[in-house]
Amino acid sequence: MTRFLLRRFMWFAITLFTVVTISFFLMRSVRGGPFDTDRALNEAVRINIEARYHLDWPLWKQYAHYVGPFNLDRHGPEFLGGDGSDLFGGVLTGDFGPSFRYRDYTVNDIIAQSLPISALLGTVAMMWALALGITTGMLSALRRGSGLDISLRLAATGGIALPNFVIAGFLVILFVFLVPLFPVAGWGSLRHMLLPGFALGAPFAAYISRLTRTGMLETLSQDHIRTAWAKGLTPRLVIMRHALKGGILPVVSYLGPATAGILTGSLVIEKIFYIPGTGSHFVNSALNRDYTLSMGVTILFTVLVYSLNLVVDLAYTLLDPRIKLEDE
Amino acid sequence: MRANNERWDLAGRDMEALLAEAAALQGESLWQDARRRLRRNRTAWWSLLFLLAFGLLSLCAPLLPIPSPVALDLQTEPMPPIAPWTEFGNHNYTREYWELSAIDSAAVDLRAAIFDDWQTGSWMGRDSKGRDILSRIVWGSRTSIIVALIATLCSLAIGVTYGAFSGLSGGRIDNLMMRIVDVLYSVPFIFVVIFLITIVNEYRTELEDNWGIGRETVFYLVIGAIYWLTMARVVRGQVLSLKNSEFIEAARVLGASTRRILFVHLVPNVLSIVIVYLTLTIPAVMLFEAFLSFLGLGIEPPKVSWGLLAVDGTEAINPLRIFWWLVVFPAAAMGSVLLALNILGDGLRDALDPKLRGKD
Amino acid sequence: MALLDVQNLSVRFDTQDGSVRAVDGVSFQLEEGETLGLVGESGSGKSVTNLALMGLVPAPPGVVQADHINFAGRDLLTLTAEELRQLRGNEISMIFQDPMTSLNPLLTVGRQLSEVLEIHQGLSRREADRLCAAGLADVGIPEPETRLAAYPHELSGGMRQRVMIAMALLCKPRVLIADEPTTALDVTIQAQILELMTDLRERHGTAIILITHDLGVVAGCADRVHVMYAGRLVETAPTAPLFSLPVHPYTRGLLASVPTLTGDPTSALSSIEGQPPDLANLPAGCAFAPRCDYAETRCRSGPMPLEAIPGESAPRTVACLLATEIAAASGGAR
Repeated sequence: MTRFLLRRFMWFAITLFTVVTISFFLMRSVRGGPFDTDRALNEAVRINIEARYHLDWPLWKQYAHYVGPFNLDRHGPEFLGGDGSDLFGGVLTGDFGPSFRYRDYTVNDIIAQSLPISALLGTVAMMWALALGITTGMLSALRRGSGLDISLRLAATGGIALPNFVIAGFLVILFVFLVPLFPVAGWGSLRHMLLPGFALGAPFAAYISRLTRTGMLETLSQDHIRTAWAKGLTPRLVIMRHALKGGILPVVSYLGPATAGILTGSLVIEKIFYIPGTGSHFVNSALNRDYTLSMGVTILFTVLVYSLNLVVDLAYTLLDPRIKLEDE
Repeated sequence: MRANNERWDLAGRDMEALLAEAAALQGESLWQDARRRLRRNRTAWWSLLFLLAFGLLSLCAPLLPIPSPVALDLQTEPMPPIAPWTEFGNHNYTREYWELSAIDSAAVDLRAAIFDDWQTGSWMGRDSKGRDILSRIVWGSRTSIIVALIATLCSLAIGVTYGAFSGLSGGRIDNLMMRIVDVLYSVPFIFVVIFLITIVNEYRTELEDNWGIGRETVFYLVIGAIYWLTMARVVRGQVLSLKNSEFIEAARVLGASTRRILFVHLVPNVLSIVIVYLTLTIPAVMLFEAFLSFLGLGIEPPKVSWGLLAVDGTEAINPLRIFWWLVVFPAAAMGSVLLALNILGDGLRDALDPKLRGKD
Repeated sequence: MALLDVQNLSVRFDTQDGSVRAVDGVSFQLEEGETLGLVGESGSGKSVTNLALMGLVPAPPGVVQADHINFAGRDLLTLTAEELRQLRGNEISMIFQDPMTSLNPLLTVGRQLSEVLEIHQGLSRREADRLCAAGLADVGIPEPETRLAAYPHELSGGMRQRVMIAMALLCKPRVLIADEPTTALDVTIQAQILELMTDLRERHGTAIILITHDLGVVAGCADRVHVMYAGRLVETAPTAPLFSLPVHPYTRGLLASVPTLTGDPTSALSSIEGQPPDLANLPAGCAFAPRCDYAETRCRSGPMPLEAIPGESAPRTVACLLATEIAAASGGAR
């Protein structure tokens, strides 16, 4: 267990280090710097800005400052020539520095504002996906070959094939304009969340439904299910206690990729529904050349997805006692 | 001679007859068998035919008497579809495109020669700039299909090389290489890619001038570079299981050369599973193209792609008037092609890999 | 009256490629506390017969028909699914061939045991656990309390089969159906498990239907033996007479193919020529005729009823037209 965690952590550190380093040097090597569009700036302002973002430092120092853990500017620790008022900084301490575009904000400010919104949206989407996917997948497996099974499978294939923004478009036409149940866009109440949450979760619900159906069919055909029937258990117990647990194991291992997919999908969904989440900030930062912000979000989401994958792997071992982590 | 005859007891039948019987019994090749099974899977077969028809349509786009996809028409709001029986066509065709390749402009010349200035009516309506939706869907399909094909081939090249190398090397190298794939799986790649695309955009003129690499080429390469992971895993698994399988062992015992083993036994077996994943990667890549274009990071106007059409569609959604044709037709086109590709992929998997049958 | 009385049981599976008759007109009785051996090669319908008793034949495609299946005065065919469920694992229980796959790998042994008591006797988890520990001790599992928390993969094959037996006996059933209980186990463990079952039968008075293809197993513990071939009973007899004088050519073939310690080690083991018949396409007359050394023309047509052998003191029946001749010839040679 400890060895497993250590090894995972080591790979995580290597990955993150690679991502940070490559992105940092790519970002700083961009010709003309991020303030290319502000050509009208006079010399004094330019120097001022460069000093503010430490663009006048040598590259290695900028890198060390960005990565941390020590603050290298004049407030840094005394042994590095600072006054010691602000010892730590940089990515290692969770500080992504100032935003290049929104001058008065740091990347952390923007993330702190927008992440709760995205997290909530993502959770709603995941709940939708799991509830809908597992229920339909189970129904499909239990009524194998029936009309219900066929139509559910067709719907699932459609859900996998259609881009989520197309699904979102149809949902908006249907439930906002034709049958005005939900507000068109914005954020704040539960009613704002349901439509984007559903649109975001739909492809994953479809995939989970397929996984559940396959998993359930496989489990239901196993010998121990026959034992469960022979014991005289009620159908409910046989399905919910004996079959479902094995049947949704594939879904559990899909949760990691699904999280990454929902984060990705949120870029589009947040844009369509004008939700001020991290995803829309990320897209804007990419279009505005706000490199620190887009790098910060990339690093943050890498950490998030990596940790969630780890949690999923640990949860898997709880569900399936046969899996031993050391065996990896 | 006599001894020989006694040794091979043919149960009173002559050799010729036995050989003929054996030839008749000889198993169908993998491909014949797969073709037969695919044909039996009705939905998959129809999907294949639909995709072929669609591909032909998209290939012939410059030859078709459809309006130009970019010709503007001054108007204030999108025009609803016109039923073909009310207006089948008109004589307003203007020859207006982006920079076309030599073959395409020749095809457009040919189209002008045949149909002159006649064009079909706007059967699927026009967008807010007066551009014909049908034409944009057909021309957009070309971009999307090309992106999908090139990016998929790119992922194929990386994935197969990586997977085969890893599987054939085995041991520590294999272990390390697969560990790297595992790690890459848990990185939200799309964020990294978007970040990279923004950086690359800064250098687009230099790349184009010095290396002849257009923005789209970079785009293909980047998409291809993130879709190789599954391919690498699958190929590696297949190579590994084949490497230790009994029939490879048998071929080796019979004295087959390494080259023969590789090309006669390994490649065809890996190929089938590669084709299956190829058909499943293409729709994923098309989705990703649409996704990036939707975010304004993919194909740029005046070119059209399905992603851009979807952007136009969602932008046109407003509470005052529902321009449904801007959403429904592009979505239907994209949805049906992606659906067909997915069904075909599943069907091919069933047909080519009997072990996986009925898993979905 | 017999505890279990099966009359004219047939099971068929309707598939796309036609209808397969897995069990065809099987009748038998089981008395309180006796052990009945059901012998036959794989595909002879012995397992399906017992799945039909339990109401576990998957339908569709399975179709079960019988004149009656009386169990303790009730006809199982007339019971509702719910009534049948209450009977399963409670009054009739079953153990399966492969203990490796017959236990749920994702649940603890304790969970899988106690749910039987919870469902049939309405006990709380705690009370059930106490009885389960006692049940495990009863089948010779050391440290039963700690075993309750174990997962199946943490136990050996023999241990798992003991768990299965304990599970089947928790509610003190009147009939225990053991479907090849020792086939998947090592020979030494096989003996232990058979001994355990005989011992339990004596202490609890449970009637056992022992399904097996292994005549050695039957010889050791069954009171009576029924031999099945191609979905039909071909010979029924008390164990001792059957082994000393097998009448049906198929039974004779089965017995001859068992290696013995006293036999000549250099002589070849005899085997029954040919393949088991295709159940979807049975020959007319005796299903065994194509493989039978004794077969005559009359064997290949008409019904083959089970009939008593004249002159035999023990109550035994054979479905063979040549039974009298074979019995006389073998008896005479003795």
